[in-house]
Amino acid sequence: MRLTGWGFRYASRLAWAARDVDLRVEPGERVLLTGASGAGKSTLLHALAGLLGPDEGEQTGTMTVGGQPPARARSGTAVVFQDPDAQLVMTRAGDDVAFALENAGMPPELIWPAVDEALAAVGFPYGRDRATAALSGGQKQRLVLAGALAGRPGLLLLDEPTAQLDPAGAELVRGAVARAVAARGTTLLVVDHDAAAWLPLVDRVVELHPDGGAVEHGAGWAPAPLRMPVRTPRAPGAPLLRAEAAGFTHRGSAVAALPPTDVAVPAGRTLAVTGPNGAGKSTLALLLAALRGPTTGRISAGSALTAGLPRPGRPPHRWRADHLVTRVGTVFQHPEHQFLTGRVRDELALGPLRSGAGDDAAHRRAEELMERLGLAALAEANPFTLSGGQQRRLSVATALATGPSVLVLDEPTFGQDRETWGELVALLAEQQDDGRALVLVTHDDAVVTALADDVLTLDPAAQRVPA
Amino acid sequence: MSLPLTLGPARPVPLSGINPVAQLGALAFLLPVLLVSGDLVTPSVVLAAEVCLLPAAGLARPRALLARTWPLLLGAAGVAWVNVLFGDPAEGSGWPSALALAVRVLALALPGVLLVASTDPVRLADALTVHWRVSTRFAYGALAALRLVPLLATEWQTIRLARRARGIEPGRNPVAHVRLFAGTAFALLVAAVRRGTRLATAMDARGFDSGTVRTNARGSRLRRRDAAYLGGAAGVCALALVLSVGTGSWHPVFG
Repeated sequence: MRLTGWGFRYASRLAWAARDVDLRVEPGERVLLTGASGAGKSTLLHALAGLLGPDEGEQTGTMTVGGQPPARARSGTAVVFQDPDAQLVMTRAGDDVAFALENAGMPPELIWPAVDEALAAVGFPYGRDRATAALSGGQKQRLVLAGALAGRPGLLLLDEPTAQLDPAGAELVRGAVARAVAARGTTLLVVDHDAAAWLPLVDRVVELHPDGGAVEHGAGWAPAPLRMPVRTPRAPGAPLLRAEAAGFTHRGSAVAALPPTDVAVPAGRTLAVTGPNGAGKSTLALLLAALRGPTTGRISAGSALTAGLPRPGRPPHRWRADHLVTRVGTVFQHPEHQFLTGRVRDELALGPLRSGAGDDAAHRRAEELMERLGLAALAEANPFTLSGGQQRRLSVATALATGPSVLVLDEPTFGQDRETWGELVALLAEQQDDGRALVLVTHDDAVVTALADDVLTLDPAAQRVPA
Repeated sequence: MSLPLTLGPARPVPLSGINPVAQLGALAFLLPVLLVSGDLVTPSVVLAAEVCLLPAAGLARPRALLARTWPLLLGAAGVAWVNVLFGDPAEGSGWPSALALAVRVLALALPGVLLVASTDPVRLADALTVHWRVSTRFAYGALAALRLVPLLATEWQTIRLARRARGIEPGRNPVAHVRLFAGTAFALLVAAVRRGTRLATAMDARGFDSGTVRTNARGSRLRRRDAAYLGGAAGVCALALVLSVGTGSWHPVFG
């Protein structure tokens, strides 16, 4: 693989997604490609996979894979992307691994031995007939990896393959990659901003810079440590929310999404909710955020939170939405789910307007938040066009705009690079200093260390453990 | 957060052994007979035969059956009701012809229910591409899109909840309900397009529709029992016609 002065600009954009990249990778090498979000890592990987044609944009310099243009070398290249649900095609595990082999026109009698070999290579624990819908995220991604390996690719490209998985799932996938490339028959290029976890698995680390160019890091390189906020924990304040044996079961489902759980959220404290995928963390967040009512037990609000409500005795999930947003704010895992307007400025003014603030007051509040969160330059931009880190900051800002006493965040650091991680954690630490109660649903141990006062680990045997 | 939704049968049912194209082929006999017949006897015989096949499609329990067929039953009842209300009395409408119409609707739709309940969509795509030369681009593309449907149901709920979290709720105002629905639908469409694009890229990267002639690892074989199934369908149609003409109730719609 050889790149000389390579650059790419998408047809719809003015700025170059990547430029002046020089890179040379020998067969069998394992390379980690890292860099801040927006540095062009994914663009480079798409180009290597032969997925960026002249229709997609403009290219400078040269890029060859095995001495050929990437589009010609495609049959020897396999890619694994982030979201397993956007990669699986078939309903059964074996069929899905066979998909690429069928596409390549392999005779059917050779396909099944290759499928079995690929499933064994990634340590897939179930048979070929396993329904793909019944797999966990980590197992799905393992299956996607098996599908990529089945064609014995000369070049394996991984685009943040563990970004959507819990730590156990991510470990499964990295283990499978390690096994698959152990024989060195395959050249490996991994794109990830979480460099530390991949270091034992790669020979070289290359960092892309947002302004162009690539830097080779020498042996013994380690990513810069995360910026931790300085904070002093406070004593619990007035009780705000309390879950008493609160549980939730989806209609028509035999299994509870959340078994009965007890937890208290007092003012000034931060509660981290952790546990494996499927333990009910997000469901608990929705209950505490008063977006869903529990199907068993109850959620109650303290008088500090219900002051000013016309009917303070009502359970929180029955509160009117405009009453809710001034009391409990929610930040969803994917910011684009909660954007409703076409401009950052309007997005921030929306909450105050809905909860009865006047036009002037709402826009003053929006200006103030944009100034404080460094979004002022983007006031007229469309929220959907912002980068991942900017979107996340905006979604936190929209929740803060109505001045809620409780802030519920679902995976706030999901998919953030080190720079935006630091910004976000600092922003949340400020909220703690303002006396807000925070509920963080997260897989990210670093964010728990940085911010949490109390930790609730959801397990089949749920129990509360003070930090 | 996920909803319990699956595609195709959880495990094979007896009817899964019949090739999907044979099940579709049976319609070639049923459709003309049902479309032409205007009496009650013909569609009743066909419907009775179809009902006998329900257990073979894993739909023996009334609950499972009702879950799959309630929109259909509602539709048939609606058709009958409209016919009673607005039918032309001079042409001998009223209850008997309304009933005949409702039974026809059920008899026409039930083969679809049987197919969906017994068939893994992958086998359907295999059968269509192998036997009827349907384009692989279309068949497997549609299959991939179908996999996204349960994910969209989950996404819909998340978007609804996210709107409440932003202070948007329709309350009792019907206009606000319509606007919220339209807004949610648009957000869902955006999400579906984004995910669909990613899926298309991933399929592209796996060499789908690259110009190479695709092979099929599972294959799709037509066996003797598929021919028997088709023969059975023809037999049921013949029996229905004989009974109808024999009892003197046969009266074609056109003619």
